[in-house]
Amino acid sequence: MTSPPIRSGSRRELLASVAVTSLLASASEAGARGYSGSLPFRTYSADPPRPVLPGAWVFFTQDEAVAVEAIVDRLVPADDLSVGGKEAGCAVFIDRQLAGPYGHSSRLYTQGPFLPGLPTQGYQGEMNPAQRYRAGLAAIDAHLKREKGRGFAALPAVEQDAFLTRLEKGEVTLPPGSGGAQGFFNLVLQNTMEGFFSDPVYGGNRGMASWRMLGFPGTRYDYRDWVSKHNQRYPLPPVSIMGAPEWSAR
Amino acid sequence: MTRILPRKDAVIVGLGWTGSIIANELADEGLDVLALERGPWRDTATDFNIGYAQDELRYAIRKDLFLQPALEAITMRNNPSQTALPMRDYGSFLPGHGVGGAGVHWNGHTWRFWDSEFRINSHLTERYGAAKFAGLDLQDWGVTAAEMEPYYDAFEYLCGISGKAGNIRGQKQPGGNPFEDPRAREYPLPPMQMTYAPTLFAEAARTLNLSPFPTPSANLSGAYVNSLGVAMGQCTMCGFCERFGCANYSKSSAQTCVLPVLMRKRNFELRTECEVLKVELHRSGNMARGVTYVDSSGEEFFQPADIVLLCAYGLQNVRLMMLSGIGKQYDPNTNEGTVGRNYCYQTNCGTQVFLEGKELNPFIAAGSLGQTVDDFNGDAFDHGNVNFVGGAGINCIPTNARPIGYRPVPPGTPRWGSAWKRETARNYRSTLSFGCQGSSYPQRSNYLDLDPTYKDRHGRPLLRMTFEFPDNDIRMSHFMSDRSEEIARALGGRQHTTSRATKAWNSVPYQSTHNTGGAIMGTDPTRSAVNRYLQSWDVNNVFVVGASAFAHNAGKNPTGTVGALAFLAADAIRNRYLKAAGQPLVAA
Repeated sequence: MTSPPIRSGSRRELLASVAVTSLLASASEAGARGYSGSLPFRTYSADPPRPVLPGAWVFFTQDEAVAVEAIVDRLVPADDLSVGGKEAGCAVFIDRQLAGPYGHSSRLYTQGPFLPGLPTQGYQGEMNPAQRYRAGLAAIDAHLKREKGRGFAALPAVEQDAFLTRLEKGEVTLPPGSGGAQGFFNLVLQNTMEGFFSDPVYGGNRGMASWRMLGFPGTRYDYRDWVSKHNQRYPLPPVSIMGAPEWSAR
Repeated sequence: MTRILPRKDAVIVGLGWTGSIIANELADEGLDVLALERGPWRDTATDFNIGYAQDELRYAIRKDLFLQPALEAITMRNNPSQTALPMRDYGSFLPGHGVGGAGVHWNGHTWRFWDSEFRINSHLTERYGAAKFAGLDLQDWGVTAAEMEPYYDAFEYLCGISGKAGNIRGQKQPGGNPFEDPRAREYPLPPMQMTYAPTLFAEAARTLNLSPFPTPSANLSGAYVNSLGVAMGQCTMCGFCERFGCANYSKSSAQTCVLPVLMRKRNFELRTECEVLKVELHRSGNMARGVTYVDSSGEEFFQPADIVLLCAYGLQNVRLMMLSGIGKQYDPNTNEGTVGRNYCYQTNCGTQVFLEGKELNPFIAAGSLGQTVDDFNGDAFDHGNVNFVGGAGINCIPTNARPIGYRPVPPGTPRWGSAWKRETARNYRSTLSFGCQGSSYPQRSNYLDLDPTYKDRHGRPLLRMTFEFPDNDIRMSHFMSDRSEEIARALGGRQHTTSRATKAWNSVPYQSTHNTGGAIMGTDPTRSAVNRYLQSWDVNNVFVVGASAFAHNAGKNPTGTVGALAFLAADAIRNRYLKAAGQPLVAA
């Protein structure tokens, strides 16, 4: 089963507009949402995130998913500090993000003309993140099959690290629309870190692995009892938007 | 076809801090007030819900509460010889969106600008001579700190600011900011309980004979009932402040301080998801007839009004003036024009001290919970022997330790792999950060105008921003980096690193949402857009309120002054303009 993409601002605004029109105290104009004489409030108008559930890939093809799982497992390798990026769910996180509003740049300014910019002007490409992954992964796969005879996931870890380092340094040529090798590497690195460190509700950071590693308590909310305990480590384990495993243990 | 609506006494564009304060004041005056807000209705229980408000990915990284560039982008370049391109995502600064505006997701640092800032040209000329700041278009604002004091006081008691006064009616107060101008009374609430890192910072600063004090904070140190009778709660230091709405009614905002009272007033109306396209002028050009706006269904309306108040984000106020033909567009070639000039920002540097074996618990934090040193801010120190004017507040205010964005590692650490992970885990809880928030002074080539190429969703030109850090400000910031190094050495630790300001302002990494100027207040109608009452020099029934009015930017966060200016404008309308409607309050 797949989960719907996380919500976009526009859907929330649409819902709000539908809800409030019927409340209008001064409904003289068809499209306006007017409020007067009271503080507006509607029950059930909150908009919580929808938990990502494990299951079939939504955006990635099977081949893409295998490659991305291998990449995130080198960017965040398993060691004595935490599980690796694959086990932490980073690839699932990226898959669901690319299938949603983030993947399609729906909140960004995407009107042309598209001109090559200065470094101070930020990304000026026409491709959105979903398109950049599709093109970038295909180019990496073609490059490695030409050079090594096999794809990224089939390489030994040492060669995987060496290839990622070449990408990071821009020593591999990728199609310019994807942002080039460095641009694509930075995109994947950013998304992997988002997946590793964000709330587990989005599919990454399984078991709050990264939060336990750091000692970040997550959504604990109230630290008034510890603010004056200088130089004493905060004692409680992390909590996510979805709660904590300890809560359902007994 | 545009539908014509019944007249209102006053129409307010944007319902954030300034719009809500002024709407409330004018409703008290008995006026029939309408606010038009481009974004949605937002309130604590529904939109900053405690069940999911602490979501770094959604709010801090995907920027859920902010203005989407798809609705309105801004183009940028560093100098007039370049071609401006749109910031396709906002990065360096993040304008707000919806009811509450940027006041929803601010950190809460609440400063008063000093008399030496309001009178900057006169003050610096008297002390050093005008040659000291040649090339910088520093102008007096037309007000003094003493005149601003009651308005600052009104804003601080509306918010419930937690702090320690440094100067009450001329008497210096131990523990407060020794450099502030006289205030009428103490802050409404005492300072917040101090976390460990700012405590260490203050100890180190004192060994250097500096004067640290608790940063004035709109995160409340205790329960509070504000000047309008609205109750607020004590901050729990959850560390989700900047970029987030407060789920706990503990951060001052339009939602927590004004709207519970304002929304109940029968002579106030709010229309959300209504974007004002233009202020419509009478043929004479010196009076506005009202505004044209479009609602979310795409239908266009004309809203007649006797007074028009531009209370959007400062940059959007400036653009709306340009789109409406209010004032004369600034031209850097001739140095003439009133709208778009004196655009300023903030000149920052930062220090990280990698302590060993300390438990700083950096996630126990609030947006303004920390310590500030003002010994090198503004003109608090003698600039006779330095080659710049201005300065910076040195702030140790660890606002959060949210781990997508906050992962301090020493320079040279790889960005991924086992070594990256080891250093990330090693330094997360024991790195102390502080920063210098530096002044930003106007120069001729830093300005705002309309972009010739890129358009918004309605086909209107985007705002074009041309900005580079002036040489003066770079020199100031390097001086501050040196002072920061002294504090870092006093703090000790395994190692430390301090950034140094460089040329070419980069629009990508976040720096500050303190964009100021473009519609500045002043005494000269040929070099400022509004008079000392925030009334347009050109269109008598238009008032433009916000950081757009700052004639330059100080080394301080702007919101305290923005709030004070809202009270100033409301007072001017209530007690001056309504007695002489349609007339200029200052003779041009």
